[in-house]
Amino acid sequence: MKITQRKAKDVTILDLEGKITIGVGDVAVRDAVQTAAAASDPPNILINMEKVQTIDSAGVGELVSAYTTVTNRGGKLKLLNLPSKVTDILQITQLITVFEIHDDEMEALDSF
Amino acid sequence: MSQSEIEPRAFLTVHSQFTSIELVQAVVEDLLVQVSMGEECRHWIGLALREAMANAIKHGNGIGDKHVEVEVCCDDEEVVLRIRDQGGGFDPDSVDDPLAPENLLKTCGRGIFYMRRLMDEVDFRFAEGGTEVMLRKRIVPDEGTEEVASSS
Repeated sequence: MKITQRKAKDVTILDLEGKITIGVGDVAVRDAVQTAAAASDPPNILINMEKVQTIDSAGVGELVSAYTTVTNRGGKLKLLNLPSKVTDILQITQLITVFEIHDDEMEALDSF
Repeated sequence: MSQSEIEPRAFLTVHSQFTSIELVQAVVEDLLVQVSMGEECRHWIGLALREAMANAIKHGNGIGDKHVEVEVCCDDEEVVLRIRDQGGGFDPDSVDDPLAPENLLKTCGRGIFYMRRLMDEVDFRFAEGGTEVMLRKRIVPDEGTEEVASSS
């Protein structure tokens, strides 16, 4: 799992690449979100999942944890460019209704 | 052909560590290509396998000196995976419904639900010495696209 952080319009964008799976990828996402959330108040985070190959239940759990952490601190966490298989996984457990999801980065940034 | 008659193609014994999941998934992926399982189906089987392995390691054995056994059986009709740990067992029906509103934002408890949604059949067997999870999926060739998220 490779994670690159950049900033635009007071929003921290995390570009994820690889697998968000138990043991490695899930921990990397947790650390990146916690770091980004601690760096701004309130934290506004956009997670770009365009290059995510797969996500398992541990990875889904980390997305939920990130959403809760950021929301509880008065911020917003949104998802960008979900691959179809990631969309399916979030759909199965009805989490697709929890997250705000965008297909266009500028549109996503304007929504914060 | 019933699943009990399917010829085993591989039998792996791996250390109870999360890194073992990658190795097992690579072997199973190769076998599924050999039986012409489509890419879409291979992805979902791989994910179900990952969930079963993760449960065996995290909740069954714990990370450490124990082992996880994986048996792969397949013919031209279906694939059957059996994942065995050396843990104390559990009641799969006691796992909370991840779709219940009070559980929707929980950070864990979705693995078995995903397995059941992604595979045609999932069965748990408990015996002294460990738990066995059986995952079964019919072969869907490359032309087939499986809908995994449409039904309740």
